[in-house]
Amino acid sequence: MLRALTIAAIAAAAAVGVAFAASEAEHPEDYRFSFDSPLGGYDMGAVQRGFQVYSQVCSNCHALEHLAYRHLGEEGGPFAAYLVRNHETGAEEMTTTKPEHGGRFVEVTDNPYVRAIAEAATITDIDGTSGQPTDRPGRISDYFRRPFPNAIAARASNGGALPPDLSVIVSARHGGADYVRSLMMGYTGETSGAQHVNRYFPGEKISMAPPLVDNAVSYADGSPTTVAQYATDVATFLQWAADPHMEQRKRTGVIVLAFLLVLSALLYLAYKQVWRGESH
Amino acid sequence: MSGHSTYEPKSGFTRWLDKRLPIVRLTHDSFVAYPTPRNLNYWWTFGAILSLCLIVQIVTGIVLAMHYVPHIDHAFDSVQRIKRDVPYGWLIQPIHAVGASMFFLAVYIHMFRGLYYGSYKAPREVLWILGCLIYALMVATGFLGYTLPWGQMSFWGATVITSILGAIPFVGEPIQTWIAGGAAIDQPTLNRFFSLHYLLPFVIAGVVVLHIWALHEVGQNNPAGVEVKSKADTVPFTPHATMKDLFATSIFLILFAVFVFYMPDALGHADNYIRANPVQTPPEIVPEWYLLPFYAILRAFDFNIGPIDSRTAGVIAMFASIGVLFVLPWLDTSSVRSMRYRPAARQFFLIFVVVSCVLGWCGGQSPSVVLAKSGNYSGAVRWAEGGQLIEQPIVATSEAEYPAASRAAVSAMRERTEILLASRNGPTGGMVRATVGGTPRSIEVRADTREELDEKINEAKRSAFGGGAPFILVDHNIPFEFTVTRLSQLMTAYYFFFFLVLLPLLGLIEKPNRVPDTIAKPVTGQAQGAS
Repeated sequence: MLRALTIAAIAAAAAVGVAFAASEAEHPEDYRFSFDSPLGGYDMGAVQRGFQVYSQVCSNCHALEHLAYRHLGEEGGPFAAYLVRNHETGAEEMTTTKPEHGGRFVEVTDNPYVRAIAEAATITDIDGTSGQPTDRPGRISDYFRRPFPNAIAARASNGGALPPDLSVIVSARHGGADYVRSLMMGYTGETSGAQHVNRYFPGEKISMAPPLVDNAVSYADGSPTTVAQYATDVATFLQWAADPHMEQRKRTGVIVLAFLLVLSALLYLAYKQVWRGESH
Repeated sequence: MSGHSTYEPKSGFTRWLDKRLPIVRLTHDSFVAYPTPRNLNYWWTFGAILSLCLIVQIVTGIVLAMHYVPHIDHAFDSVQRIKRDVPYGWLIQPIHAVGASMFFLAVYIHMFRGLYYGSYKAPREVLWILGCLIYALMVATGFLGYTLPWGQMSFWGATVITSILGAIPFVGEPIQTWIAGGAAIDQPTLNRFFSLHYLLPFVIAGVVVLHIWALHEVGQNNPAGVEVKSKADTVPFTPHATMKDLFATSIFLILFAVFVFYMPDALGHADNYIRANPVQTPPEIVPEWYLLPFYAILRAFDFNIGPIDSRTAGVIAMFASIGVLFVLPWLDTSSVRSMRYRPAARQFFLIFVVVSCVLGWCGGQSPSVVLAKSGNYSGAVRWAEGGQLIEQPIVATSEAEYPAASRAAVSAMRERTEILLASRNGPTGGMVRATVGGTPRSIEVRADTREELDEKINEAKRSAFGGGAPFILVDHNIPFEFTVTRLSQLMTAYYFFFFLVLLPLLGLIEKPNRVPDTIAKPVTGQAQGAS
């Protein structure tokens, strides 16, 4: 029985593969993100704005189950805070923009931005005295509030479609951030039954209604409030969410590679020295 | 090479230890004074590189196992936790994942080197077989490890591979149930896969010790393929081989680091970032790159061989493709080791390397992808406009009579019209439908792919039916298609042809070039000029 099922599954997989090939979606637009290059880091302004788009729009349906609020304020996170001395007044001022030099990292537990973000969320917990479910303001140690208690509830609220978790969505899709950005901008405006036509979605029909419209989210930093800008920002935020240690990894890589290159050069010279006079 | 030991303990303690446990002597004889052929090239540095790979995998693996949770509900999350919250987890996890690929890259080069220079020939048969055993264990370990993150590709890969085991004749199904720990891939599977994934590397380490032991007994082969005859042929392992190995290892580590730090996901599949879902099959199920050639061999068999169905044939071929390596020392009949001196075998070997790579490419493609075709796809939809619909029953006296009755009815009708359609609705009964007196109409379509043709024909059908046709005739004209499966079949054929026919035959008929008498002769002879 299992064998039959397995064969059926493989056959189905092959058939789906062909079907996918038949209605091949458009290739995602190649956008030059700041993190594309080997040394490129995150545009933290974009990550912060993307977080805002996620919080106000995406989070109504999509969870970020691997992220806790504290992650936002860890080093390399979008709301990591630094104390920088103001040269004119001499007072220490807090900023979420990483200073070029100097500045003191503020531990997540003392980070007011992250605390405010966490406290704005309502988390369902078990009351410590009565043992009954209760709502309380979030703490920085809480994981991001989930829009639905379980997958069944999520499907029930979305016409049977399950909004995927977005924590690693960029890693889980061919095309990565380019795909996410293109998908946000790929709606043609047409519908097909309850589904929406999107040029970049495999099969070109997606259950998600166009999530972004111009001016839906207001930015404090004066960035344009267009779908294109929202899409770029949310893709950048999701890239950070999927790979929060990328900047640290790339920085370490430079040191490791530099070390290995010098080591290789020295080893080569040593090797030549050892074999000098030995015919081989 | 287990000659006289040159180790002399220097201190009181080492003299004391040497009488009780001569471990320093063993190390000295094996890795310091050990005579190594002086003509070894860089292909011989992969033994050291592989040792390092094994150590890296074991060390990172032990750390990962401290944080990983082998539970179907928590495994995926625990890997994310390792990458996000465990100190240096963001570094250790990709080292382990990329390390697996690097390990296989190195072992393939090591194996191709052994093939080219005839390192499997007497007296190194056992050394070679132990190597094959290590490789087989590596394949098992790699597959088990890929299951642990419990992503979509983990789960479905495990499903496909265990079902492959199920296709082994006679013992397959009990083995499948035993390996999976039940009727399907589930919690018991993950638990035992984790246990085995932790166990097998230490088994590999044990076989590696045997591999090195055998190596030190028979001595290293070398590019010339002639045995060491005198001290002039060798240099001491340390510092000569040690330094060369260290330099090559350092270069290898640069490649390793580029992947770990800048492309940690490049060698994996995006679908493994999706949590395993037993009710949703991913669009494509592919193993990791290092198993793709064998996957291509498995899928090349889309036909039955006599009583063996295609699936079992594929499984047998896949296991045989690794199994054939174990008997290679007795398949190759040539007494010349190094293909440097075997002009014909050398060409066939180079083709073999290309074939192996093409097989790997095929394994990653959808089997039905058309690589070349003999012409265009075309088709026609024919029907009659207006006219009168006639339905003529076909009645046969027996089932065997039906084709004749059908032919007779059709040819009788064909005298009146070309637009006719015969259909069978029982063992002895059928119907010929025809339109008489109408205007014959047809739409001809051309397309570049089968899907496009189907689409165009459907469109033509719709317009025909819209025009009121009671029935339509459809002609398909599919050219000969050269698919990925056909290519895999050709490549698989060469793979086995190389081992089972070419190597046994070439040894008998090939005229090898002159092989030097000693290692030292060609090297030292040209020393003043070329080196």
